[in-house]
Amino acid sequence: MRPAVSSSVSAAAAPPAPAVSEWRRAVRYLRRDVKVVAGFLVLGGLVLTALLGPLLSPYDPNAQAFDLLAPPSWQHPLGTDEFGRDLLSRLIAGARISLTVGFAAVLLAMLAAVPLGLVAGYYGGWVDLLIMRYIDLQWAFPALIIAVGLMAILGPGLGNVIVAVALAYIDDFARLARAEVLALREEEFVVAARATGASDLRLILRHLLPNSLAPLIVQATVSVSYAILAESTLSFLGLGVKITTPTWGLILSGARGFFTLAWWLAIFPGLAIMVTVLSINCIGDGLRDALDVRVSRAA
Amino acid sequence: MRRYLCKRLLYAVLVMWGVATLVFFMLRAIPGDPVSVMLGPEATPEAVAQLRHNLGLDRPFYVQYVFWLWNLGRGDLGRSIVNGERVLVLLGQAAPRTFAIAVLALAISLAVALPAGIVSALKKHTFPDHVATVVAFLGLSMPNFWLGIVLILVFAVKLGWLPALGYVPLSEGFWPWLRHLLLPAFTSGTAFAAIIMRMTRSAMLEVLHAPYISTARAKGLRERVVILKHALKNALIPVITVIGIAFSLLLVGAVVVEEVFAIQGLGRTLVRSIINRDFPVVQGAILLIAGIFVGMNLLVDILYTYINPRIRYE
Repeated sequence: MRPAVSSSVSAAAAPPAPAVSEWRRAVRYLRRDVKVVAGFLVLGGLVLTALLGPLLSPYDPNAQAFDLLAPPSWQHPLGTDEFGRDLLSRLIAGARISLTVGFAAVLLAMLAAVPLGLVAGYYGGWVDLLIMRYIDLQWAFPALIIAVGLMAILGPGLGNVIVAVALAYIDDFARLARAEVLALREEEFVVAARATGASDLRLILRHLLPNSLAPLIVQATVSVSYAILAESTLSFLGLGVKITTPTWGLILSGARGFFTLAWWLAIFPGLAIMVTVLSINCIGDGLRDALDVRVSRAA
Repeated sequence: MRRYLCKRLLYAVLVMWGVATLVFFMLRAIPGDPVSVMLGPEATPEAVAQLRHNLGLDRPFYVQYVFWLWNLGRGDLGRSIVNGERVLVLLGQAAPRTFAIAVLALAISLAVALPAGIVSALKKHTFPDHVATVVAFLGLSMPNFWLGIVLILVFAVKLGWLPALGYVPLSEGFWPWLRHLLLPAFTSGTAFAAIIMRMTRSAMLEVLHAPYISTARAKGLRERVVILKHALKNALIPVITVIGIAFSLLLVGAVVVEEVFAIQGLGRTLVRSIINRDFPVVQGAILLIAGIFVGMNLLVDILYTYINPRIRYE
């Protein structure tokens, strides 16, 4: 008995197996998650479609033909709209816009908000007070209302939609970054780094930011799907891109008078939005499980 | 508790003041003169100047701001630039419609989501759980205006069961009123139901592992009693926060849903007044929505202390 016990003790005392980084563990976990893999495949396909748009689309998305409101057929797989424009080609063009707005708006929101949150959490005091009072103010507004209000000021246009949606989601990222810093600030590795004389900038960029990335990435993924929904909503309300731009929301809103005549105009643009958002939500859900974080706001 | 209440109330008032100020200055940054919109392109410069004077738009910003804040404090939100109606009256007409949709949406989604969430948690990783999860994911990923359009096509156009558009006041009878609200309520409640269902499921799962559940079972209580009295009551605590937050989101969702169903509620009023550059109405609508948001958050925090005595605020 004795030797067995001692050997197990020595095994436990032996140096641990080469440390697998937490990120690599997360990736391994994600690869086993069916919905994440499916989400990545669908999203990858959509990104590819957006990139190769003009090569894939059977017609010029703005070319008008004589067969108005033609139902789906071999010539027009998804039918045509009230101007005889090919719906499939317009949806492919719309993919580029939806994905651009989704990713660009979230990137912009993070670039603006994460530094704010980090600085507020790290320095505390009046800097924190000033930044957080503004964030609280914005928190009192629903994001969609902020985006609607900003579009009223900025006027229609793709760039303006990106800015409006980005600003509408600043509070989420700033709050999250600040909360992470507050939790990490007193951790031993931060205290140790400070003791060795690391500068504030170095502490924030090398120690605090990398360790707050996991929840920020999950939030970013979820936010991309919100941003895509927000863009299509703004376009649908007539407060988004310019009328001539083919976006999924605008196609839906433009065809409102023809739905009873042409069901395909009602169904396919909405399906496109749903499939895109669904694929991102699947990835986000898997990421949350894999990185084991909870996101601050449910919606 | 009382001190906490006072603090929160004061804070809510401060937030509303900040919101009001922000809205005031943001709206004056909007390009496009409301007066030229009102009078049309053929207006003479004299008429424009006269109207600007009548509306007080020719005075300096800070004077306008002080006057506006003063009037706001007295509950005077001004008049619509487009039709001269008092903003308070316009909002008073619009708000009940939005509330009716939101309350009905809340009722429908709770009736569906709570049982679905509980069953999903009890039958974890079985067929019903998978179905509920997939449906919830679809509900969260659907743009609500599209869902509205599809529902109109199916239930109004194809089947002819329910009216497609419009609103009928309650005074014309309960049934006509309800018939007009069912589709909008279902539309705006779907995403909300999905959130509640997921929340209930995870809260139930967490609670079911708690020691007091084992104790309850060990006492020989029937499973029904264990689930409904012991587990559900505790699982509902986090769910209630989400209900509070999400109720505000239902009001926001109304912006889009009202547009789809052509119901002149708060949301449609807001969007239309933005397009018409009707500043006073935009201000009023945004302030009201923000006020509801702030108020709901306050209510949730207070409700929370009653439901969960473990939480104490200093």
